[in-house]
Amino acid sequence: MNKILLIIRREFITRVRKPSFLIMTILGPLLIAGTMVGLAYLGMQESDDHLVLVVDKPHVVTGKLRDTEKLRFLYAYEDLSDSAFKASPYTLMVDVNEAILETNTIQLYYKELPSINVQRTVQSELERVLEREKLRVNHVDPDTYARIRTALNVQLFDIDKGGERSYEQALAIVGFGFGYIMFFFVFMYAVQVMRGVLEEKSNRIVEVLISSVRPFQLMMGKIVGIALVGLAQFVIWIVLTVVLMTGGTALLMKDRLDPRQVLAEQPMTGELQAELMKEAGTNVPDRNEVLEVVDRINVPFVLAMFAFYFMAGYLLYSSLFAAVGSAVENETDTQQFMLPVTLPLIVAIIIAQMAITNPGSPLVFWGSIIPFTSPVVMMVRVAMGGVLESPWQLVLSMVLLAGTFVLTTWVAARIYRTGILMYGKKPTWRELGRWMMYKG
Amino acid sequence: MLTCEHIVKRYGAHTALDDVTLTVPAGSIFGLLGPNGAGKTTLIRIITRITGPDTGQVLLEGRPMTAADVVRIGYLPEERGLYKKMKVGEQALYLAQLKGMAKAEARKRLREWFERWEMTAWWNKKVEELSKGMAQKVQFVSTVLHAPRLLILDEPFSGFDPINADLVRQEILRLRQEGTTVMLSTHNMGSVEELCDHIALIDRSRKVLDGRVRDIRRQFATRTYRIEHKGNRVAFANALSFTGELLEHTEGEEYSTARVRLVHDSTVNQVLRQLLPAVEVHGVQEEIPGMHDVFIRAVNAHGTVPADMTE
Repeated sequence: MNKILLIIRREFITRVRKPSFLIMTILGPLLIAGTMVGLAYLGMQESDDHLVLVVDKPHVVTGKLRDTEKLRFLYAYEDLSDSAFKASPYTLMVDVNEAILETNTIQLYYKELPSINVQRTVQSELERVLEREKLRVNHVDPDTYARIRTALNVQLFDIDKGGERSYEQALAIVGFGFGYIMFFFVFMYAVQVMRGVLEEKSNRIVEVLISSVRPFQLMMGKIVGIALVGLAQFVIWIVLTVVLMTGGTALLMKDRLDPRQVLAEQPMTGELQAELMKEAGTNVPDRNEVLEVVDRINVPFVLAMFAFYFMAGYLLYSSLFAAVGSAVENETDTQQFMLPVTLPLIVAIIIAQMAITNPGSPLVFWGSIIPFTSPVVMMVRVAMGGVLESPWQLVLSMVLLAGTFVLTTWVAARIYRTGILMYGKKPTWRELGRWMMYKG
Repeated sequence: MLTCEHIVKRYGAHTALDDVTLTVPAGSIFGLLGPNGAGKTTLIRIITRITGPDTGQVLLEGRPMTAADVVRIGYLPEERGLYKKMKVGEQALYLAQLKGMAKAEARKRLREWFERWEMTAWWNKKVEELSKGMAQKVQFVSTVLHAPRLLILDEPFSGFDPINADLVRQEILRLRQEGTTVMLSTHNMGSVEELCDHIALIDRSRKVLDGRVRDIRRQFATRTYRIEHKGNRVAFANALSFTGELLEHTEGEEYSTARVRLVHDSTVNQVLRQLLPAVEVHGVQEEIPGMHDVFIRAVNAHGTVPADMTE
């Protein structure tokens, strides 16, 4: 059997057999799903009941604020001293001052910071009541106001796309999601390569190995082996996710619950907002928009691009991390070299974030062309779909990335070759450069 | 078997090997000696093709060595180790396969070795569960498993207790018997005298000495004799007159022992002729220096500045 295949096989098998791999691969999706469900559940559920004391000096809101399951409003007309509030059973105190109708400002005192949901509920209830009060004072008929009040809903259209409704921003966020996953996995697996190299060096097995195989074979075997581990993990995750989703949907259907309805009923604020909007005469936004965004993603194309940019980005960074691993003797010493090789990835994430709000900026353009940031930044553009209109950019980005990983692998192999046999002192950057120049 | 011709290797401004030429005869045990940092490891790495020479070449059985030849070499580096988390049997199989052995054949030979060295129970243990000496045995077996024609051992006895060190020593001799050529790099001069037929001594990047151990020791002999006699120091010294220099004289219970170095071109017979009438001679033996003395004297003769310690 070819030696590099033997190395790949060992790297793959020893990692896949580890309990941590099984835990990550099987529990990972369950954990993520569980966390999300748990968070949603917690978000829906207020942890504590609130008793809100409303100090209503102008007597405008008394009795008009509607209680909810977890929130009860009680009224007073004079300030409570701090110590009295502390001693009272009230958890929140709202100070509505005399000039409320002009200032539109209230003070909310708390013992423990209430959740955003509670804050919003208090705010929207007060807004609703104060609005009513203003209508009464100004002799405006509420029905008339409801017709007059305008909450503008801006729909974006890209003229280049034949006036279709544009979902650029939503798509950019999806793209950023892909970019972020890219960042995370490239980094995670590249660090594994570095650890593997370091392990062989600190175990002192490396010299035994390279008397049988070329250092380049050893390095590439490790990089490819770990890539296969990543690939296996992806496949299992995709399968598991599909199974979990089908299973989950089936479960929901059994309970005769339309998922869309669940979404609509979910947050308390959503309910209130919907009601407020109804009062204002506008429609509840169409929940189908999410599905329309999904429809607009060219899934096979995005997945293909993700696969390419992941492999190429991984090869680029893992070779650099392999070089770092070969240069030092233990993990604490890696810090000095880690920063410069990690920095481009972090910059890429920052640029990708900017791409959400300003996808057309030159920074995003260059970020998606330059090889060190392109795996992350280009994913945003790919998800948005616009990149297909100027395919040369995509091709240029891919060619540059492929060329660069060939180059970094070559450079890394030369550092690696010397580094794995160097013990004793921590090398400097200048020495790494010198190692590259040594003859084989 | 193996010939290195005019090997030069530089790392930047530092010259690791400067025009080193040496020949390892087939079927011999060849000692590669030298102080730390002299360039031994670099030379071994060139022979094992871990690194390449700047100029010069390595010939294996008369032909320039190629990449395919690494399977004919077994190398036990001084800096050695195993994957700690891997099982012993699996790891030995892996290393054997990297040396080009088929899995079934490797497994068969490993079984034989493990039985001979009573290691069978270790097969499914992880290396980290073994003691250092046990791991060293596994490592040695992995090095010789593919029956290499040339075996290069760098400090092979380190990490072994005396019993296992002896086991390894027997194994080296057995392998030589079977036709393996052994290159041994060690600082243990005792094992050099015991095992090696030939040596080469490298100091500060240059070869300063090589040849048969017997010849070299004789070459370093100082024409010093140890003479046991019955008699006192004054009588002995007077009798010696100008044929030899008395280095040391100790009087024991029964005999006195004198160390005498011959002067000018006198012979041991001349010395005895002078001594016999004066003292009763009981024994005469020439002092042949050990490899320890040869090493120190050769290195000191090559220069007085100690080699730097970066290897």
